[in-house]
Amino acid sequence: MTSLVSIQGLGVAFGGVPVLRGVDLALGKGEALGLVGESGSGKSVTWLAALGLLPRHAQVSGSVRLDGRELLGAPASELDQVRGGRIAMIFQDPASALNPVLTIRKQLCEALALHRDLQGNAVKAEARRLLDLVGIPDAGRRLEAYPHEFSGGQVQRIMIAMALAGNPDVLIADEPTTALDATIQAQILELLSTIRRELGMAMVLISHDLGVVAENCDRVCVMYAGRIVEQAPSNQLFADPVHPYAQGLIGALPPLDGPRRRLTAIPGTVPDPATMPDGCAFAPRCSLAAEPCGLSAPTLAPIANDRSVACIRAEASRRALLGIAAE
Amino acid sequence: MSPPLVEVSAISRSYSMRSGMFGRSTAVHAVDGVSLTIAKGETLGLVGESGSGKSTTGRIVLGLELPDRGEVRFDGQPMAAPNTPAWRAQRARMQMIFQDPLGALDRRLPVATQIREPLDIHGIGTPAEREDRVRELLRAVELTPAHGARYPGALSGGQRQRIVLARALATKPDFLVCDEPVSALDVSIQAQVVNLLCDLQAQLGLTLLFISHDLRVVRQISNVVAVMYLGRIVEIGSADDLFARPEHPYTQALVSASPAPGRRSAGRIVLAGDPPNPAARPQGCAFHPRCPRAVARCASEVPALAAVGGDRQVACHLVTGAQTRDAA
Repeated sequence: MTSLVSIQGLGVAFGGVPVLRGVDLALGKGEALGLVGESGSGKSVTWLAALGLLPRHAQVSGSVRLDGRELLGAPASELDQVRGGRIAMIFQDPASALNPVLTIRKQLCEALALHRDLQGNAVKAEARRLLDLVGIPDAGRRLEAYPHEFSGGQVQRIMIAMALAGNPDVLIADEPTTALDATIQAQILELLSTIRRELGMAMVLISHDLGVVAENCDRVCVMYAGRIVEQAPSNQLFADPVHPYAQGLIGALPPLDGPRRRLTAIPGTVPDPATMPDGCAFAPRCSLAAEPCGLSAPTLAPIANDRSVACIRAEASRRALLGIAAE
Repeated sequence: MSPPLVEVSAISRSYSMRSGMFGRSTAVHAVDGVSLTIAKGETLGLVGESGSGKSTTGRIVLGLELPDRGEVRFDGQPMAAPNTPAWRAQRARMQMIFQDPLGALDRRLPVATQIREPLDIHGIGTPAEREDRVRELLRAVELTPAHGARYPGALSGGQRQRIVLARALATKPDFLVCDEPVSALDVSIQAQVVNLLCDLQAQLGLTLLFISHDLRVVRQISNVVAVMYLGRIVEIGSADDLFARPEHPYTQALVSASPAPGRRSAGRIVLAGDPPNPAARPQGCAFHPRCPRAVARCASEVPALAAVGGDRQVACHLVTGAQTRDAA
């Protein structure tokens, strides 16, 4: 698979404090990639940095290529074509992403005018088609409504419609359902996967919810403290996690069926970016940590087809997992 | 089964809401005829989406709010009138934990002082005993006295929630209402707090009302689970059984909507329609406009909560007793 977006050695620092510490990531055409991790792990910053959306004082290093063209440091005019045109993004809090004093039609048509060569009535017709596509009933009339007249789930649908306005190749969905109720979350996820299939669009789903990512993505990257620690096809990651942190995350999730067991909580807390431990950032919380873990940070190394993990104790960790399974 | 500590019988609470500046005020039935009992030392989980009335139920059970109708009995006694000495004595035996620990703590006071505050208010022990109790509480929530000297801003989210928990336990309550206590925490920290809550419950024999939208966490901690929809309980039963074999179409959709690692979304029940609006409750069964199985009767007649075998109760016209359960 040729990669559409290729990120190499991406680093971000705020005021000299590194928050993203070398991320390598490739996204194929039409692929659904999940990024999981806890708050502060760098999953959102990765894409904000890639699209040049971080504040000016952020120091960004590395390389982000879209179809081979470098995006980091690209002129604003070029980035404006990419943002919303080739790569669109939707966020957790849809209500604050819309302008409350403009109708939905104005806001949708604005996005269409920027990215599509449409005039007059064609713009309005396209806006209506987009609202239909995302499942807003009575689209023609609802175009004249203001954001507050819609429910939370509908506003997220409108955000998705706006993101689709530029016919993007990639949709970055940053915690798109976190603020929504369970049954509405199911609706939005269903909508996203239908649209992705129909339009052949690639999607990056950023979420703290392992279940959401597992169900909706082909491949998952687990992030911890500004690095990717494990990367695997989603069914394999959840059946057989290798990195101790990935194992911990899955063990910390209460099961919905079967016998109840005590949750395997990961001790301690995520390290503060300003006082990152030497070596592996997870070592202080890791039950398998050995002396070499504190010496240098492990790099992401392949362990099988399509799978890689950044852990020097990967073998031991795998054995430990099999031992648990054999009990 | 031990005798119930908390008995809630048919409580209702409505608020009046005005739509627009000159609009007519309409009654919003936040809670409508909810009955619950929680046995001593057990946990009742309350699940539902926003606006289902689960938090209002929690506040009424604690006496933070008075029901319009119905009654709450605590340890066999009716709730005392607010702001009387009897009420204060009763309130010391029940405490609440909220979702946002930073909002529940005073940013300008060291956390140990805040843990001590309930002891000062209720006049429990001498000053020296109170200091000892604070240290003991910090240890109970797996923190050190050094943490106690800090301000809330210098603690992590998980540590703050532990402080809130320590403060809630200060007066040795029998009953704890936890309203989304772990929803704001990261998964790994959430597991720490859930484990801690389970341990403390076992040690101290606490009775819990655990309110959450997260089915997994609720199942982990609860003996009995009640599912609410628009102010009413639509299904109640023992936790494992309820999630394994949900009977009410809404519970089925909720369980199905809860994403599970290792399962693709195929076969998931996706409900049509928007989340319910408490100000415009549909006629008949409140769930019928979104229900995939609704029949004509659902639109006109409100289903009552009825036993369907075992300890399960369901409020649905289509789920009637033993034959449905056998067929399922």
